[in-house]
Amino acid sequence: MTTYAEGDELPPLRVTLNRTDLVRYAAASGDLNPIHWSDRVAQQVELPGVVAHGMLTMALAGRMVTTWLADPAAVRSYQVRFTRPVPVPDVVDGVDDPGGAVIELSGTLRSVEMVNGVRTGRVDIKATFEGKTVLGRASAVVSLPH
Amino acid sequence: MPLDESYLGRVSQPSPPYQVGREKIREFATAIGERSPMCHDVVAARAAGHPDLVAPPTFTVVFTMPRIEALLREPAFGWRFEGTVHGGQTIEFHRAICAGDELITTVEVKNLTIRAGTHMLTLRCESSDQFGKPVCATEALLLSQADGDTV
Repeated sequence: MTTYAEGDELPPLRVTLNRTDLVRYAAASGDLNPIHWSDRVAQQVELPGVVAHGMLTMALAGRMVTTWLADPAAVRSYQVRFTRPVPVPDVVDGVDDPGGAVIELSGTLRSVEMVNGVRTGRVDIKATFEGKTVLGRASAVVSLPH
Repeated sequence: MPLDESYLGRVSQPSPPYQVGREKIREFATAIGERSPMCHDVVAARAAGHPDLVAPPTFTVVFTMPRIEALLREPAFGWRFEGTVHGGQTIEFHRAICAGDELITTVEVKNLTIRAGTHMLTLRCESSDQFGKPVCATEALLLSQADGDTV
């Protein structure tokens, strides 16, 4: 039974993204920007190739938080900076690269306070790709279970 | 076309209502790997006290991005849409978004600065439901090369 005490580490999340994941997210979100599906267009704006949607990385980090709380409705506010793009390798012979782009997500319950009678926590989030931070100043304010 | 700085402070007309649907929530949740029963199973969502399926927090992109894109593509504004970079995002909730919500969104040009050949733009979207109650507010920080610079 999780008590959600100050200093708690969230169960970390490791997600491998491939091109199919990006196409699925593009359709679901409505973000059809070609830098997320065309290497040629991505390279025109000086990216190494197709990159993951920043909002997808934000969503995955949000999923780590809502999974920990077992409640997708518990997030009161959530903020990130997108500090570095996440290149996602191309398919080979029509099959996704099994290695994909691996994003490592972790978080800490930094503080807990009562807000309008609700136990409220601030979670600091870390997201890295190849050891480098891809979400900066990332944190969420959440309602904690009783 | 130079950037029209008089857009600073401008607030868009309210959007047509965006109807939050169950299948869209399921599709979005699946795309981000969110397996919470509250995002997929109406009975589970209601058992947890919600009127219907609950949308994951970043679902806000679904109904705010079309409003943002419409503003950025207004020729009079002069924003270079191609090559726009998403620098940051905040999302605040008055309550969780649920299937059945009809969300009306306004977009405000909250900040607009030019620094070292780069335009920086903060767009604030405020969304209310069909009863006029506020649901959420988002802020997107967007960056674009100033006109005339090489990309």
